[in-house]
Amino acid sequence: MIEEITTAKEGEMVINIGPQHPSTHGVLHLLITLDGETIKKLEPNLGYIHRSIEKMCESLSYRQFIYSTSRMDYLSAHINNHACAMAVEKAMEIEVPERAEYIRVILDELTRIASHQLWWGAMAMDLGALSPFFYAFREREVITDIMEETCGARLTMNYMVPGGVMTDIHPNFVKHVKDFIVQFKSKIDEYDTLVTDNIIFQNRMKNVGLLSAEDAISYGTSGPTARGSGVSCDIRKTHPYSLYSKLQFEEVIETGCDSFSRYLVRVKEMKQSVKIIEQLIDNIPEGDFVAKTKAVIKLPKGEFYSRAETARGELGVYIVSEGGTTPYRIKFRSPGFSNLSALNHMVKGYKIGDLVAIMGTLDLVIPDIDR
Amino acid sequence: MLSFENISHGLHNWLSAIMSETPVVLIELTLVALAAITLFAALGLILVYMERKVAAVIQIRKGPNRVGPMGIFQTAADTLKLVMKENFMPDSVDKFLYKLAPFVVMITAMLILAPMPFAQGFQIWNINIGVFYVTAISSISVIGVLMAGWASNNKYSLLGAMRSGAQIVSYELSAGFAILSIVALTGSLNLNDIILSQQDGWWIFKGHIPVWIAFVIFMIAVTAETNRAPFDMAEAESELTGGFHTEYGGMRFALFFLAEYINIFIVCGIGATLFFGGWMPFHIGHWEGFNHVMDYIPSSIWFFGKTFFLIFVIMWFRWTFPRLRIDQLLNLEWKYLLPISLFNLLLITVIAIKGWHF
Amino acid sequence: MIRFLKNYFTEVFQAVKSLFLGMKLTGYYFTHPKEIITQEYPENRLTLNLSERFRGEVVMTHDEQNEHACTGCSACELACPNGTIKIINKFEINAEGKKKKAIDAFVYHLELCTMCNLCIQACPTDAIKMAQTFEHSVFNRNMLTKQLNLAGSKLREGVE
Repeated sequence: MIEEITTAKEGEMVINIGPQHPSTHGVLHLLITLDGETIKKLEPNLGYIHRSIEKMCESLSYRQFIYSTSRMDYLSAHINNHACAMAVEKAMEIEVPERAEYIRVILDELTRIASHQLWWGAMAMDLGALSPFFYAFREREVITDIMEETCGARLTMNYMVPGGVMTDIHPNFVKHVKDFIVQFKSKIDEYDTLVTDNIIFQNRMKNVGLLSAEDAISYGTSGPTARGSGVSCDIRKTHPYSLYSKLQFEEVIETGCDSFSRYLVRVKEMKQSVKIIEQLIDNIPEGDFVAKTKAVIKLPKGEFYSRAETARGELGVYIVSEGGTTPYRIKFRSPGFSNLSALNHMVKGYKIGDLVAIMGTLDLVIPDIDR
Repeated sequence: MLSFENISHGLHNWLSAIMSETPVVLIELTLVALAAITLFAALGLILVYMERKVAAVIQIRKGPNRVGPMGIFQTAADTLKLVMKENFMPDSVDKFLYKLAPFVVMITAMLILAPMPFAQGFQIWNINIGVFYVTAISSISVIGVLMAGWASNNKYSLLGAMRSGAQIVSYELSAGFAILSIVALTGSLNLNDIILSQQDGWWIFKGHIPVWIAFVIFMIAVTAETNRAPFDMAEAESELTGGFHTEYGGMRFALFFLAEYINIFIVCGIGATLFFGGWMPFHIGHWEGFNHVMDYIPSSIWFFGKTFFLIFVIMWFRWTFPRLRIDQLLNLEWKYLLPISLFNLLLITVIAIKGWHF
Repeated sequence: MIRFLKNYFTEVFQAVKSLFLGMKLTGYYFTHPKEIITQEYPENRLTLNLSERFRGEVVMTHDEQNEHACTGCSACELACPNGTIKIINKFEINAEGKKKKAIDAFVYHLELCTMCNLCIQACPTDAIKMAQTFEHSVFNRNMLTKQLNLAGSKLREGVE
């Protein structure tokens, strides 16, 4: 593949974007063929941060392997952990206490907001506006503080365990989450003023990076990338897990199919997440925060699958068990990998500046792609 | 009263008294060159520090605050580091052009300084086609940028240089028209005459809305001409990593960096001279008493105050807006700025002929 | 033609307005330096407020008599996903002449630790806990391998 692309035609130029490049947000390597500034072809070259997490998990017990999934898509660590914990619970038929479910969903949605905020800042930074990054981090900092207080860590929390959560929430948790919601609501308008309504930004995003609904499905994209093309694919709606079937929220779908729609989906999702947290935060029931489980978890023989909606799309956890204490095989269906596969289709015929903008709207996290 | 004018005149008289004409000219030339270089270095340090502080406060940060009180020696420390760095040259670059390019950019910036009136009667070269000279010389800097991009033998550099070429050539048009509108009102190309014509009020207040439009176009065009965000196509660090200076390091990079800030100072100085009266204090028509009070503030403070205000506006742009795409950049120039500035020039000419301005 | 001109100027006006609003926002932050949220780190070391659950490193709690609660059951060693903990046991002969298992060294590899908290959860006697320290940088990697039980410490009475 790479040999094929390096033999460019007359008048074409091959450029390496990455693995060290300011806009790839990690060690992604893109080989692009240019005609002037227009992109003719793009070939992602992966593997720079492959740590073989799936293979590693085969030697870890069912309590231990959850922590390593925080290192895949580190921006939605809680949701990854949640999906893994659900797979084990499904296999063991563990009933998760309601309090644990409430805590899990609140933390999932906080993670989603934090992830989208980082994306929002990085997206603006890709387009050359540096200030929004700092404004986004100001609100994100409050979330990481809440995480630190309750879970003990700021990024890779490892707070979900099979059967519930590791420790009970901190006494100040409810108060601080409410404070955050108040602060967030007062600042979300600034996001629109500074970036969404900006004419330069809109011109950079509108009618750029088109991905039709058919293509979105055939490339296997999920999450906000697919919903920006009008595909209804929110796992929280289509295959509700945890508490999501009881909650009132909308699946954000934009039909513009361009970069701006994908942008709007993420911005609106932040508001929906706040709505979900507001429904839950006042009614956290009393009770156990973790179900009683055996000290050593042995999954029955068989295959188990669970899925969750991370900030980037659908995360699938597939476990094959031979009945022992460690899995025989684990496979993660990570959203970033499928979303990246559509990039070549989306950037053809656009300029280098657009490549950066389109890559920004895909919200790539490279460790999630390479695992 | 102590002013730059008195100092320079006093020095000239003293030198003339003790020696013949030729050495006086030579000594004065040396002094001017030294003064210009010192001004360069000082401006570079101050403007980089100012940029970092403005950016920091806008981004709710503190900015440099470790080296010296409030971090004021941060830029001096950075310069020291850049000077001491190895002058690394990548293999397979065009060695002659690679070395020449930073100097072309730098010398161009230095040349434009010549007709700048810093204070009343304080100017390196009082030339009767000052405005024309500035516009002519400033277009040379693009050659340095193209040279750097081509000589680096790097695809990113080449793309950056080509973008820069397209951009500067286009935006010179509207910058030129905006400058012409003031020339039309004044009837002179001499920068000193332009300032003197604003004795009873600055053009921005005297010239009605068309001058405001000309001013806005001028600001947009010079932001583009100096390769500043949101028009920093030539560098565009998230797209082209470093643009035309990707392969430069150490002092050669510092020269590019310094030239960028000097260029900002110069275009803002020109803007202040044309639209805000340069060193001319704030005068209102025939309010003699008020004008007299304003005259007590030295003219150099007026000039630098106005210039730094315009520099701040340009920095403000940079830390607010996202970057345009290269084709949108050219669209903006050819579809919006050029027609508007042409029409605006027509309006201003009518105003100038009919004498409708104040 | 008139409609075209009207659209053209509305477009220009809307564009300029959106840019102006953006500049107003950044201008607000520029004129309100009290919005600055920077914390100056080494200076505020004394007032740093870390949450009591923050996972900095694993420590073993010792009381005034230099006694700890670790029985050497190696539950933490088994729970650790990275092989961070290594417990070396010895056999002591107590006053009644019986052989009793006790820890010789509780070796903790900070350089391998991911702060997942599983060892703390696994400990049946609450002998170890997470400390809130976070300044772990050292000049030699060997210094990150620590022995958590203090010299001369012994098992607290009554802990089984």
